[in-house]
Amino acid sequence: MAVLELANVSKHFGAIQAVNDVSFSLQAGEVVGLMGDNGAGKSTLVKMIAGNFRPSHGTMRMNGSDLVMHRPVEARQHGIEIVYQDLALCDNLTAAANVFLGRELRRGVGPLRILDYKSMYRRAGEIFKELKSETRPRDLVKQMSGGQRQAVAIARTMLSEAKIVLMDEPTAAISVRQVAEVLNLIRHLRDRGIAVVLISHRMPDVFDVADRVIVMRRGRKVADKPIAASSPEEVTGLITGAIEQV
Amino acid sequence: MAITLDRAIGQRQQGWVNSVLSSQTFWVLIAVILACLFLSVATDTFATPKNLYNITRNFTFVAIIALGMTLVIITGGIDLSVGSVLCLCSMVLAVVMNAGYSIEVGIAASVGTALVIGGFNGVMIAYLGFPPFVITLGMLSIARSLAMVASNNTVVFQFGPDHDMLLALGGGAWFFGIANPVIYMIVLALLTGFVLRWTKFGRYVFAIGGNEHAATLTGVPVRRIKVTVYMISALSAGVAGIIQTGWLGAVTTNIGAGMELQVIAAAVIGGANLAGGVGTASGALIGAALIEVIRNSLGLLGINAFWQGTFIGGATVLAVLFDRIRSFRQSE
Repeated sequence: MAVLELANVSKHFGAIQAVNDVSFSLQAGEVVGLMGDNGAGKSTLVKMIAGNFRPSHGTMRMNGSDLVMHRPVEARQHGIEIVYQDLALCDNLTAAANVFLGRELRRGVGPLRILDYKSMYRRAGEIFKELKSETRPRDLVKQMSGGQRQAVAIARTMLSEAKIVLMDEPTAAISVRQVAEVLNLIRHLRDRGIAVVLISHRMPDVFDVADRVIVMRRGRKVADKPIAASSPEEVTGLITGAIEQV
Repeated sequence: MAITLDRAIGQRQQGWVNSVLSSQTFWVLIAVILACLFLSVATDTFATPKNLYNITRNFTFVAIIALGMTLVIITGGIDLSVGSVLCLCSMVLAVVMNAGYSIEVGIAASVGTALVIGGFNGVMIAYLGFPPFVITLGMLSIARSLAMVASNNTVVFQFGPDHDMLLALGGGAWFFGIANPVIYMIVLALLTGFVLRWTKFGRYVFAIGGNEHAATLTGVPVRRIKVTVYMISALSAGVAGIIQTGWLGAVTTNIGAGMELQVIAAAVIGGANLAGGVGTASGALIGAALIEVIRNSLGLLGINAFWQGTFIGGATVLAVLFDRIRSFRQSE
């Protein structure tokens, strides 16, 4: 059974049709590259899955049951985690504090519960180790490299048993070596059986790590095929409209 | 590989000594201590019990409000209304007690006033998106005017049946000869420090100042926290007002005028960053202490009181200058 299934989903803002009749499904342990030009509807589509917007038409189903969300926080409760393009990190806090932001561990009883620094440092350290990232839980995010910052943002998604991780342009503004690091992080998530949606403009990254590619153009899905059966040239054609649909 | 990774993850970024040495608060504390040592040697009047008693008591009012202000500043906001709120809360206490009510009723009315004002500021800022500067600037004017309305712009110095109790509360020294306001200040500072370091609320205050958008996305109740922070700020002004009323034994409608700037200066000297995300409770105290020591020393050294502003302003700029120099070094 598919982890997530979108059936004929549309979203319009007034007269603007941002997403038009899109259907697709996501399997566990699958990396799907979501591509398209600016304004093609990728962000809107992802924001619906993330609980920011509700679809105007169509349904979303998760593990076979209807998925209706009113606020972004609810997505997390359903096991949908988002890595935002700007990573949503607080520079003035430590890596561990960022990983646990909004989900702090506490110890003590009743109203006298205090932050459990020790457990948070330990757990964050375990996650970084699992991600094979040289990121120290006690370091301030301010002083971290782009790759480490990505690791912190991704570590957040591993706190709970996430089923789907949405990543918005994770490789847009970082160095070549860090891109390789991030792609490795994505493979780790996949190996844990998590479905990853990778929104990206960068063709090489998608062809490197994704199992499947979905191309959007002007609100419509124009392609949805295994990476092995496609090529960068074809995808480029689909994005620009040189190829109508496959 | 596994070992080096383990070691890398387990490592601390910097030692305990290093982090103390790189904190602005520490250097300001050193400045305070050096100034005190210098004054003890240079004058006969500084290191007398009476003068020290005066100093410690004088800076408590600014320090207590600076604690609340520090929370606001950490979230990236500012509260310009504290001086006027102090005045209004003192006046509410004075008028209520003057009308014959007990001290409990007076304090409750005063604290209630503070919370309502803080809540109003907070709601306007968090829910209606007003810039903190604007709304608290408005409140600066409103609260002082309300104090004048409440008292008909008279001086109140009769506090009804519990008159003596109020004066003892603010002017007494119940423990080991330490002035009561100092005790309140220490308790409140410990409480603030604890909340900032050990509670979810404190963590969220820092998160909002660091990246408000990120805090919202990760499910931090940003608006609620902001309202609470402005309520705490107003409350700290109210509490300082109550204690100051007991200490002075009289309330006029011009007390606390211009105090907001002293309070902000204290917080900033103590290491709070007006851009948000940085600040400590101990810093608020130490910043307030430095200001008072400067004021006191100018008097003792026989320097014209007109110079006070220059020295306090200079200290503010100097404290932040050190911070700037450090961050320039880091970015190189």
